[in-house]
Amino acid sequence: MSRALSQKGSWTNALFVAPYLFVYLCLLIYPLIAGMGLSLFKADLFGGGSFVGFENFARLFRDEVFLQSVANTFYFVALTVPPLTVLPLLLALLLNRTTRVAAFFRGVFFSSSVLSVTIVTLVWRMILMSEGGLASNITALFGADAIAFLSDPKIVMISMAIITVWWCLGLPMMLYLSALQQVPKDIYEAAELDNASWWRTLWSITLPSVSRTIILVAIFECVLQFQLFGQPQLITQGGPNGASRPIVLFIFEIGFRRWDVGYAAAASQILFAIILIATLVQYFVTRKRGVQ
Amino acid sequence: MGTQSSRTGGRVSGIEISNVTKAYGATPVLDGVSLSIADNEFVAFLGPSGCGKTTLLRLIAGLEEVDGGEIHINGRRVDQLAPGARGVAMVFQNYALYPHMTVADNLAFGLKNVGIAKAEIDTRIAEAARILEIGEYLGRKPGELSGGQKQRVAIGRAIVKNPDLFLFDEPLSNLDAALRMRTRLELAQLRRRLKATMILVTHDQVEAMTLADRIVVMKDRKIQQVGTPMEIYIRPANVFVAGFVGSPPMNILKVDVDVSGAVVMARLAGGVFKTGVGSAGLPVSAHWRIGLRPETVKVGASGDGLAATVEFVERLGERTLVYTKLADGTPVTAEDAGTSRVKMGDPVGLKIDAGSAHLFDGEGVGYHAPESGE
Repeated sequence: MSRALSQKGSWTNALFVAPYLFVYLCLLIYPLIAGMGLSLFKADLFGGGSFVGFENFARLFRDEVFLQSVANTFYFVALTVPPLTVLPLLLALLLNRTTRVAAFFRGVFFSSSVLSVTIVTLVWRMILMSEGGLASNITALFGADAIAFLSDPKIVMISMAIITVWWCLGLPMMLYLSALQQVPKDIYEAAELDNASWWRTLWSITLPSVSRTIILVAIFECVLQFQLFGQPQLITQGGPNGASRPIVLFIFEIGFRRWDVGYAAAASQILFAIILIATLVQYFVTRKRGVQ
Repeated sequence: MGTQSSRTGGRVSGIEISNVTKAYGATPVLDGVSLSIADNEFVAFLGPSGCGKTTLLRLIAGLEEVDGGEIHINGRRVDQLAPGARGVAMVFQNYALYPHMTVADNLAFGLKNVGIAKAEIDTRIAEAARILEIGEYLGRKPGELSGGQKQRVAIGRAIVKNPDLFLFDEPLSNLDAALRMRTRLELAQLRRRLKATMILVTHDQVEAMTLADRIVVMKDRKIQQVGTPMEIYIRPANVFVAGFVGSPPMNILKVDVDVSGAVVMARLAGGVFKTGVGSAGLPVSAHWRIGLRPETVKVGASGDGLAATVEFVERLGERTLVYTKLADGTPVTAEDAGTSRVKMGDPVGLKIDAGSAHLFDGEGVGYHAPESGE
């Protein structure tokens, strides 16, 4: 009986995952493959198009606007991922206690994460505007000139990074807090009896205990920040001089302003490859170093 | 009753706990506890959950702060010192090994923290590994070890520190029955080899009886009795200790007492029994109870002794435990030979050896027959 059941059950079991599988295939795998196909065509939004092979990719590597957007994106990731990995950990270490003050500040630091990108950019535009912004008012108080946070090509990406770090701090902090709370208390007690100083306990007990979460946050933030779009789109439209145009904004402009979807799809494939490689490199580097 | 801490060459050795109190918020957990533990003594804190035994251990370790009172280890007041400065090592109930370190690193961690030279650390680890037979696991991480192996590593981490005092917090409670018995034996051997002062917290009376030189029985935030295992068993200070120590527990039955003779006569369910307890000095109390260990109540034929009915029979092989009820419904546990043929529902007679019976007054204080030679 059990044999008949298990044989019959072997395909009917698939029904349980079928709804998910269907949606996953339709909305993720199909567009992914269709996008790859599209990147080999010269096509616009009206459909049709002609097969051009790898011409779109060749064009991309000659396109200075695209190359600038790639450089911008890498610069932005380098500016945001380290602070978004380290700062939330420091906050979590500070706020991992049961006092009311800690609970209040956990709420404060998490609250920025629930805001939409529109609100965040609105708030920060009011802070960073050269004329009448909060920052310029403060510098004026000290008699200094206003800093061109949004119009200086050298500074604009740093401004985007500050906004993004402020916005995205909450979730990794919560991930770290939940990891910290899962470290058994008696290990800390054993460390106390083992004469471990505060620093030694942090370095030898706490950090190794949350190392998996550190890796998770680093990879997660990396994937997220390579896809920067809303902040520059809403504040600077990629300016000045393309200094704040990331890859996704480039894809958006090509695909939806110039309707050159084949070319935009090719740029998407390159972004996809960059994120994939960056994630795999991080994963294998941390694994090789024996972090568990 | 208690062995006093000894003075050797002007240095006070042993543990002195005086009038220690502790509360968590409004809930008191220890209420003026005082205790002396001699050098090289093995003491077990025994009691039910919530009696304060673990809290007392944690206060000694420094993992909790005392609200009042003092703790001295080898003449040095330690209750205000950090845990690491007290010269104690603790074996935790859940082992508390550092999961990301190898066994060798687990053992070395505490020694590195106090700046002991690497050669010395290696020597100590090798010695502990030899004693505990954990040499082959030194390169593994705790996740790759079985419960028993983790237990050994946890003990090893304590040994390498050469502490003045070992603290064991229910060290055997996470092991299965067979392993627990083996580890108990190994702990006893280890103790002989190490010659150190040790405190064991347990709710398992067998552990306490077999391992400890003295047992501290605790209940309701207080020490109920301190004594050698046999003192506790033979002369329980009160009705709680009498009922808690011994398996199956002592029968405790209401009796009327007659103190007109040299020894107390106890009247129970129509029978009169001559106890070994002297009448002289016995307080006046309206409510007396008699304590009878099951092994002093033997099962006989119906009509021979106190009439009772068998409720349940437990055959343990070498002996049989017979749970009976007297005519008035009072339950009495009796013992019979391993080959006993009694079965449920049988009418039996209970033959009571009242000479070794205990008496408890209305306050629960115990009175016993004088020990031979007393």
